[in-house]
Amino acid sequence: MANESLKLKVAEYTAKVDKASAKFPERKNLEYNRLYTPLDLEGQDYERDLGLPGSYPFTRGVQPTMYRGRFWTMRMYAGFSTAEESNKRYRYLLESGSTGLSCAFDLPTQIGYDSDDIISEGEVGKVGVAIDSLADMEILFDQIDLGKVSTSMTINAPASVLLAMYIAVAEKNGIGPEKLNGTIQNDILKEYAARGTYIFPPKPSMRLITNIFEYCSKNVPNWNTISISGYHIREAGSTAAQEIAFTIADGIAYCEAAIKAGLNVDDFAGRLSFFWNAHNNVLEEVAKFRASRRVWAKVMKERFGATNPKSWMLRVHTQTAGSMLTAQQPENNVVRVALQTAAAVMGGTQSLHTNSKDEALALPTEDSVRVALRTQQIVAYESGLADVVDPLAGSYYVEAMTNQIEAEAWKYIQKIDDIGGAVIAIEQGYIQKEIQDSAYKWQKEVENDQRVIVGVNKFQIEEKPIEGLLRVDASVGELQKKKLADLRAKRDNAAVSAALAKLEAACNDESINLMPVILEAVKTYATLGEICGVMRKVFGEYQAHATL
Amino acid sequence: MEKRVRILVAKPGLDGHDRGAKVVARALRDAGFEVIYTGLRQTPEQIAEAALQEDVNVIALSLLSGAHNHLFPRIVELIREKGMTDVLIIGGGVIPDADIPALKTAGISEVFTPGTSTTTIIDYINANVK
Amino acid sequence: MNIADELLKGSRLALSRAITAVENEYDDAVNIMQELYPRTGNAHVIGITGPPGAGKSTLTDKLAKEYRRQGKTVGIIAIDPTSPFSGGAILGDRIRMNELTLDQGVFIRSMGTRGSLGGLSRKTSEAIKILDAFGFDVVLVETVGVGQSEVDIVKTADTTLVVLVPGLGDDIQAIKAGILEIGDVFAINKADHEGVDRLHTELEMMLDLNQTKIAWRPPIQRVIANRGEGISELAEAIEKQIAQSKESGQFIKRRTDRTRTELLSMLDEQVGRFVRKKLSVYGKFDEVVASVEKREKNPYAVVDDIMANILRQ
Repeated sequence: MANESLKLKVAEYTAKVDKASAKFPERKNLEYNRLYTPLDLEGQDYERDLGLPGSYPFTRGVQPTMYRGRFWTMRMYAGFSTAEESNKRYRYLLESGSTGLSCAFDLPTQIGYDSDDIISEGEVGKVGVAIDSLADMEILFDQIDLGKVSTSMTINAPASVLLAMYIAVAEKNGIGPEKLNGTIQNDILKEYAARGTYIFPPKPSMRLITNIFEYCSKNVPNWNTISISGYHIREAGSTAAQEIAFTIADGIAYCEAAIKAGLNVDDFAGRLSFFWNAHNNVLEEVAKFRASRRVWAKVMKERFGATNPKSWMLRVHTQTAGSMLTAQQPENNVVRVALQTAAAVMGGTQSLHTNSKDEALALPTEDSVRVALRTQQIVAYESGLADVVDPLAGSYYVEAMTNQIEAEAWKYIQKIDDIGGAVIAIEQGYIQKEIQDSAYKWQKEVENDQRVIVGVNKFQIEEKPIEGLLRVDASVGELQKKKLADLRAKRDNAAVSAALAKLEAACNDESINLMPVILEAVKTYATLGEICGVMRKVFGEYQAHATL
Repeated sequence: MEKRVRILVAKPGLDGHDRGAKVVARALRDAGFEVIYTGLRQTPEQIAEAALQEDVNVIALSLLSGAHNHLFPRIVELIREKGMTDVLIIGGGVIPDADIPALKTAGISEVFTPGTSTTTIIDYINANVK
Repeated sequence: MNIADELLKGSRLALSRAITAVENEYDDAVNIMQELYPRTGNAHVIGITGPPGAGKSTLTDKLAKEYRRQGKTVGIIAIDPTSPFSGGAILGDRIRMNELTLDQGVFIRSMGTRGSLGGLSRKTSEAIKILDAFGFDVVLVETVGVGQSEVDIVKTADTTLVVLVPGLGDDIQAIKAGILEIGDVFAINKADHEGVDRLHTELEMMLDLNQTKIAWRPPIQRVIANRGEGISELAEAIEKQIAQSKESGQFIKRRTDRTRTELLSMLDEQVGRFVRKKLSVYGKFDEVVASVEKREKNPYAVVDDIMANILRQ
């Protein structure tokens, strides 16, 4: 009965305000309603839909205490130039209170080419550190205790090779693989769909991934074997709901592949982790985080029949949206990043990278990285946002939006199931097309002034060229080439050839887990390009789908 | 039949960020251009040869990895070597202001940095294409 | 430069410019074609058609590589639809053929349909002739691929290759009805996908029932284009088809039909242009239109009258 009276009042209100707001047409086309009331949450069941933090369906967070236990891991993505330079930056970050490392690799490394490959010309050390062999990896982690630090590596197509190098470096320092903590991104599907640094076709790529799942479950038990990433899907232009829907669909594909390879769901599911984007619309982002946990919990419990509660939890690393940073008035980006940080924290992330203000222009300088890290520390220690678990629960708006995003995600997941799963949906270009449509729509909205980006299409000023940007020394490529030439002269080349021949044979036999074979090859100082070259030869290369 | 301006949208280098290239390609199509898109990881040689085979009037390069100083001038050089002297070559991406003068000297007619509207690019092409 | 001369001397830039001249109807286009025509007629023209998503571009790429292995040179024309709203187009087929870009024995040209409806662009047949005159042994023409409208390719190619894939659902009946009669050779792509046996059987049955191709029963070749499987067998099937077509006289008959059609349409165009130019002698044409619209005049009588007037001059 109470609802009947409320319904009437809301109808009256709507009629009245509609008239008044006709004067503000530019505020009319927003995606969400103007006002939310208990009417929007009819049918919601607290215990079923929200529950308590740390219990199914984890809408309110994966740990019972969340940040009243400890803060999220403040993990700054870094890496550029040579292993020597990046090692310096890592040690600086750890001394500044960073609590985890996050390695950025240059593009040749990400695509499995050595620095002296002709295709690497001009790219060596540009967007991350160049790693050609175990020798570089030893320098990269020099004087860093791999038994204590947790390391995230943004590496996908050649993830098994970089992981093998990491294990080998640790072993040399007397640290067993069971003591290692960290994450490899290892998410090839979003590379096909959004990020572009793929090498092999889907089938062998899925094999490499399930090989890693299996190897780590036995040997590197604390390693997060995959970071199923929506971040890049969002950067490529998707909506919030598309970000989680396509990513969870990818997650389903990985689970199916692993189960098909004979793994038990509860043996690997607890090591799956996710990677979200923290975008500009603060409350929508919070709702997205909450919805994603609920969807994944249901997928794992109901679809895959996982029984270990750890398998139901969507643990997530977050990065603030790089694509939302502006090259115009870059100091404004500090404010954007602060708001995005607030969203990620209120959304309950497990770790966070904050972008620096100058990243729409170049790689960040040390100073701007410090401000970005301080932003997290201010939100953690000063803002109060981290003082209570899931602070926005019960907000009519946030709860309604959580439901709405969840519903939209399920619709996409259903559609992808109908197509035959994420792998086929990507091969057919469906997911790419959906993302590109959203990206184009966003761009048109900005150009038609339906969407305001401060400093870009409103509040512009005349600006002087920005000074003091980080520049990667152009000689990095030459330096890496020289290091490689020395390595090839010094190492036991017969051992390298033997290891590569063994790898080729293993690639041709699907029953063999490739991880130990790659580890063996890495230890002979076979280079990344040589190892990936063998795999290219056997597996072939992925041909992108042309979708526009 | 009237002449249609043909534009090659190309991504040299290794970065996979093609959101910008694809948004621009669509906007150019909607502005009535014929757009040839070649996909990721194209070498300067491939881009120049594709430009020749397609007899394009404009080449629009997109690069976000920072390798522009190396790759853009190389592409211009190859295009001119092929005798395509009247092709308009433009570039876009994360390109610091400080790099732009040298790129222009090398033969890149205009450089569009983040935040540029597609209309600006279209207007520039219409005003400068031969 | 003299485009035709340079082209015949082997300039790829001239080749490219010649296609542009024809496509944009530049003033020198007719001259170029006049010079090139005597040098045409040697290339084996293969049309590749099939529904969207069948993998036409990938198959074109693989087929081209197969011909290169055989030592033949290959010209490729890839056609994509022009937007009827903006007149623009995104021509994205090359993306599947990037490995061929630097091969100097290959030349790939993308074309927008520019208002043409039959799966080709209006200037495709001229572009084929230009590639032919340049000396390519094989010319592959990849059509737009929009279901049943792919009829023009038959009139243009020596061999029409129809590509199908399993899993197209209910559309398949309609598609098959439209393409059965145009295919000289059929390829079932993605032959590792579910439903391939059913599609193969259905296609066999329909080809058995189809009476129009008595002399040549089109073969069906299974391929997995992205892995290159079945491609050399497919090339062989095409080879057999062309040999048989030459033997039966079908080959020369098709080419003669094509020449006849082209001559007639060139005549139509010329006559049309001539008539339009002469319309002025019949007074103000707008007034004529208005009076026909008001039913004061009968359009049939008007046309007879115009023609009589023009011919009397």
